[in-house]
Amino acid sequence: MSAEMIQLKNVGKVFGQRRIFGGSTEFAAVADVSLKVARGQTLGIVGESGSGKSTLLRMVLNLIHPTSGSIHIDGQNIAALTGRNEKAFRRKVQPIFQNPASSFNPRQSIGAILRAPLKVHGIGTPDSRRDRVSTLLERVGLPAEFADRHPHQLSGGQKQRVAIARAIILEPQIVLADEPTSALDVSVQAQVLELFRQTREEMGLTSIFVSHNLAVIRQVSDTVAVMRLGRIVETGTVDEIFANPKHEYTQALIAAVPDHGTIMAQT
Amino acid sequence: MTEPRAHALSAKPPTLRIRDLSIEFARRRGPDLRVVDQVSIDIWPGEIVGVIGESGSGKTLTSLATLKMLPKQARIAEGTMHLGETSLHDRTERQMRELRGDQIALIPQDAMQALNPTMRIGRQVGEPLELHSGYGQAQAMDSAQKLLKSVHIREPETRVREYPHQFSGGMQQRAMIAMGLALNPQLIIADEPTTALDVTVQAQILKLLREIRDREGASILFITHDLGVVAEICDWVYVMRHGRIVEEGALRKIFMAPQAEYTRQLLEATPSIHTVPGTRS
Ligand SMILES: Nc1ncnc2c1ncn2[C@@H]1O[C@H](COP(=O)(O)OP(=O)(O)OP(=O)(O)O)[C@@H](O)[C@H]1O
Ligand SMILES: Nc1ncnc2c1ncn2[C@@H]1O[C@H](COP(=O)(O)OP(=O)(O)O)[C@@H](O)[C@H]1O
Ligand SMILES: [Mg+2]
Ligand SMILES: [Mg+2]
Repeated sequence: MSAEMIQLKNVGKVFGQRRIFGGSTEFAAVADVSLKVARGQTLGIVGESGSGKSTLLRMVLNLIHPTSGSIHIDGQNIAALTGRNEKAFRRKVQPIFQNPASSFNPRQSIGAILRAPLKVHGIGTPDSRRDRVSTLLERVGLPAEFADRHPHQLSGGQKQRVAIARAIILEPQIVLADEPTSALDVSVQAQVLELFRQTREEMGLTSIFVSHNLAVIRQVSDTVAVMRLGRIVETGTVDEIFANPKHEYTQALIAAVPDHGTIMAQT
Repeated sequence: MTEPRAHALSAKPPTLRIRDLSIEFARRRGPDLRVVDQVSIDIWPGEIVGVIGESGSGKTLTSLATLKMLPKQARIAEGTMHLGETSLHDRTERQMRELRGDQIALIPQDAMQALNPTMRIGRQVGEPLELHSGYGQAQAMDSAQKLLKSVHIREPETRVREYPHQFSGGMQQRAMIAMGLALNPQLIIADEPTTALDVTVQAQILKLLREIRDREGASILFITHDLGVVAEICDWVYVMRHGRIVEEGALRKIFMAPQAEYTRQLLEATPSIHTVPGTRS
């Protein structure tokens, strides 16, 4: 068993576009990214809009493939996954996306949405799946009756709780979250972060957490990577990055945080 | 209750006046569900007005009602809305379409769902100019490129020809902002327009909106749950909860001397990068 749960070596992603009139333009969305996340730890990723954060997560999820470098999860090169291994991987690594509304089928009940992954992986009987969904809903702080509701009947925070429930129902080892709280107001955000923290501890999850909100990153991360123009410009422990940012861009990020504290101070 | 707004004494009417707006959803069982209750909001020329409140409090529906773009199941149960002197009440769908984009621009909360996946970004951003200003396609593309540049999208000359799936979340959101600004509208309704942006790009967008207000005298209704952003940009703030306005006031008053218990809770719950709430293992 390797100590590193997630390891990226010189990972790059070039998107190519063919033009109608011949030729092609290539665009490097991610370039030469190397990083490690130890078992049970959370890596926070911050960075400029368009800097390659989501592309990076999609590569770790094996939804798109790097054009250079390699990604190892739990010691295994994910490019080499086939058949049964691939299915085990899908179970082990779960995403939480930014916009829960668009990642749910509006016609399905919450119960059906949560039972789907169990069915796909052939886990349990219809009855036991139902029970599991009730337990899980309660665990994420929702009444079990919510299984009968549809996504549009839930508030943003409730939907994000369901998204967390869906991500952990298969008892994964890794959760990759792309701005899971940016659409939520502060009070709901605090509750969802607390849920995330609890779940992570109880299940010993390893995670990568992308957010534009530096306060959130500071709260959930053990280590932090700062991205700009497809590259990692700085990594460090959360305390190093916030107390002593070295790269110019990291310093600019921390300085640009709008803070209502400044109004309160100028009396 | 609150000090009068300086504008209220001027001779000009507000850019937008919403009075006692209530919105209800029809339900299969039971009486209609009221989600917005007796909301009154004024926006004066050149003012940036914030509406803050928790998710589900009715911010988005209030803004959609102003443009008569409510979802099918929802209806306006009562209230009046005026854009300058004109009542929006009896406007037909065609008249509303002329207003939208031309005089009122909406920057919607969900950029990803608002963009057409099969149409090049440049065409979409330039479309209002083709529809309202009689621009030709090439001319509209050219303006779209400038608009993308104004929202700090790099290499706009190649980006105009891309499709939405080739844009990152934050770039899609900025494309929607660019589209909203195309026609220099007198009223811009921006629904959580910077949630997908990192703080440096966010600061550039807030600066751009302030410039538009200063240069064009546009009014901006800024919906957000981020108090830091409110503090950066708003002159006047409405606090919404459970479909009602619980408090309104000048920016400083809301932050320095909040009256409503809920406003105080909001201020306390806001994480700051300087003080870290909660625990970290
Ligand atoms: N399918 C694609 N085809 C072509 N280019 C793409 C594709 N997906 C992403 N890109 C480009 O790759 C770059 C990185 O995009 P990505 O979505 O990873 O950014 P991000 O860091 O998540 O940004 P944001 O914070 O705005 O969400 C962007 O320039 C984007 O335009
Ligand atoms: N299409 C819809 N069908 C049923 N209820 C809805 C719909 N859209 C919004 N609602 C409900 O109306 C209320 C206000 O929603 P919204 O204006 O989107 O809130 P906000 O923008 O403040 O987060 C919420 O309780 C929400 O669940
Ligand atoms: Mg992204
Ligand atoms: Mg909303």
